[in-house]
Amino acid sequence: MITHLTGYAFWLPVVATAVVGLAVALYVILDGFDLGVGILFPFYPREMDRDQMMNSVAPFWDGNETWLVLGGTWLLVAFPLAYSIIAPALYVPLIAMLLALVFRGVAFEFRWVAKPHHRKWDVAFAAGSTVAAFAQGTMVGGILNGFHVAAGQFSGGPLDWLTPFSVMCGIGLIVGYALTGACWLVMKTAGEVEVRARQYAKPLLLALLAFILVISVWTPLQFERVAQRWFADGHMLYLSPVPLITVGLAISCWRGLIGHYPSVAFYSAVGLFIISFVGLAVSTLPYLVPPSITLWQAAASPSSQTFMLVGTTVLVPFVLGYTVFVYHTFRGKVRPGEGYH
Amino acid sequence: MDSLALLLSRVQFGFTISAHIIFPAFSIGSSAFVATLLVLWRLTGRDHYHRLARFWTKIFAVSFAMGVVSGIPLSYELGTNWSRYSLATGNVIGPLIGYEVLTAFFLEATFLGILLFGWTRVPAWLHVTAAVLVALGTMISGFWILAANSWMQTPSGYVLQNGIAIPVDWFHVIFNPSFPYRFTHMMTAAYLTTSVVVLAAGARYQLQGRFAEEARTLMRMGIGMVAILGPAQLFFGDQHGLNTLQYQPAKVAAMEGHWEDTGPAPLILFGIPDQDRELNHAEISIPRLGGLILKHRLNGRYAGLKDFPKADRPPVWPVFFAFRVMVGIGVLLIALGLTGAFLWSRGKLFTTRWYLTVATYSWPVGFIAILAGWVTTETGRQPYVAYGIVRTAQALSPITTATVATSLVAFVLVYTVVFSIGIYYIRRLVLGGPQPAAAAPEALPNRPLSLGAHTGPSAPEPTR
Repeated sequence: MITHLTGYAFWLPVVATAVVGLAVALYVILDGFDLGVGILFPFYPREMDRDQMMNSVAPFWDGNETWLVLGGTWLLVAFPLAYSIIAPALYVPLIAMLLALVFRGVAFEFRWVAKPHHRKWDVAFAAGSTVAAFAQGTMVGGILNGFHVAAGQFSGGPLDWLTPFSVMCGIGLIVGYALTGACWLVMKTAGEVEVRARQYAKPLLLALLAFILVISVWTPLQFERVAQRWFADGHMLYLSPVPLITVGLAISCWRGLIGHYPSVAFYSAVGLFIISFVGLAVSTLPYLVPPSITLWQAAASPSSQTFMLVGTTVLVPFVLGYTVFVYHTFRGKVRPGEGYH
Repeated sequence: MDSLALLLSRVQFGFTISAHIIFPAFSIGSSAFVATLLVLWRLTGRDHYHRLARFWTKIFAVSFAMGVVSGIPLSYELGTNWSRYSLATGNVIGPLIGYEVLTAFFLEATFLGILLFGWTRVPAWLHVTAAVLVALGTMISGFWILAANSWMQTPSGYVLQNGIAIPVDWFHVIFNPSFPYRFTHMMTAAYLTTSVVVLAAGARYQLQGRFAEEARTLMRMGIGMVAILGPAQLFFGDQHGLNTLQYQPAKVAAMEGHWEDTGPAPLILFGIPDQDRELNHAEISIPRLGGLILKHRLNGRYAGLKDFPKADRPPVWPVFFAFRVMVGIGVLLIALGLTGAFLWSRGKLFTTRWYLTVATYSWPVGFIAILAGWVTTETGRQPYVAYGIVRTAQALSPITTATVATSLVAFVLVYTVVFSIGIYYIRRLVLGGPQPAAAAPEALPNRPLSLGAHTGPSAPEPTR
């Protein structure tokens, strides 16, 4: 099915896959830390600490979340067949995530307007962030599990995605987001919030490594195609950088935390996400809907992919440019008692 | 296909998209209003423009947040509930939404950060630029999403292959026949609706004798816009109607309750359409006026519903009444704007209590007109989801009734609670009115160098 495609027809879907992957990776990295800040909210009971935490992400969250829309849209644009199978298959966690994002998204504004009666929006922010993270993790697990497909349509049940494996992925993602959130707080806040974030980050890092290890062992045991990919003759040699880099990043994150290099810790945590993402891509590709539909089978018409690719190539540099500009504008630490509000 | 799952999915999409459109419509208008105020402040140096801009930015921020969180579900519902629609039209609709994300969503979201939190952190010119870019972003967003919607109404620039629409000419996909009309009509509706809210806020303060200077500015700006955009909207709507008659004649027949083309068409002012018996009960009509409006000729005729097979007719009742609600409110808004302009020209605007009272309570009507307009055009497109390409009944995902029922209940509960509270907060902000310039240093810059200058902790309550 792959071999007869050449040139444009072969490469266009490959490039499109890379773009979808890039958008999803950017989403996970950027929204990951602001979801993580929400996940950590319950561990900071004091109002002024919560103000400071929320202020540290308030100027960025909306832009961060837009990558989620771009990822979903690119999937629709480039691979309508995959989109039309994955979305109904993940109906329950997708809707749960969207509703959770409603709660945590409005909390950014409502919490300030509601003061001093803002407790409910503290709960909404924390619960919304946590549920959204969990739902996203179960979706990753669900996609790795694969779906029943018949005649180009999802043919399974509404809870097919729900397995011990997907639940574990969900908890793993909560832990991972909490880690990047904690590292963000170490880097962007001061005082009590910073001190406690540093304390929380260490066990979170260890827990995330445990999850990465379990998933790395579980997936090849459960899925033959994953075992083939990693352990067929010689593959491990080419793929060995993946686990090695993971270990290296974990060490540098730890050292960043104990050695008071907050940006080293944060970027290492981000790096852990990227390398985990690469690992998942290695396990899954070229399937977009394992174990039946590859990226070439799912591809949209070349006209659509090309049109979208041109726009993306021209516009994403601008988007990244002003994203960097905003992060630069709001650089430095948010200190206790002060806020953008 | 399960017909109950189909019905519930339609209700869910109708509910979520109706809840959504209220907020972007207000955000489009409010972002432009804030940008205008900031530009005026830069040009005139008058402080009350700045106070008003800060005030309205708070209102805008709450509305914008609700628009964002209610918008994201829509793009995903296309897949969760309407996967067969996505498969059939994804090649065309997908890139249009994609361009919306790339050219508008990121622009809005990123510069919103500077607009909301940059009051003292960035130079004033940059802050004003951010406000203009946010307003521009909302317009660009409207451009793409209305291009996508218009393509579903009047598709062009594509070929059908195995039931899948493949784009062949992107210019014709984007600038499809109804797009220029729909874009103009909807953007005008957004600005008009927001102007009415601005006018209402100003009239309220004027009645209460609060914020004298701000109240008058709000009223003048509101009335100026309503007096110009109201009549303009009548013209745009008329043009849009002619376009619809050309490309979606069955929709116009339903809007007008026009069953049979038997001669110069009357204008039906009121009636109760009966879809089964193909007639209107209790009809009140004006001879020839329908033909005059739609054909701009005294003996104009156009196709009636009976000219279309029953299976291709939209449900008449909702289209007929929603259209009347929209037009009726449009007429009221023209009256509101012109009366205000008349009183203003006589120097009585700020003292005519009955007008101030009417204006105070007029704030929601624009939103009702927008919802009614969307019901008209979307229901009027039925039984198709993409006109002539996919029928709504064939667009549903392979999902169970129980799943959709659960998600529908969840959406209704969450949206009702969250957005009701949000609208309550906006109301409270409006009632509170523009705050005098904060005396305490707020929004402390956290650049290391300027830390020494601001050591006192600012008040924990929001000051923006």
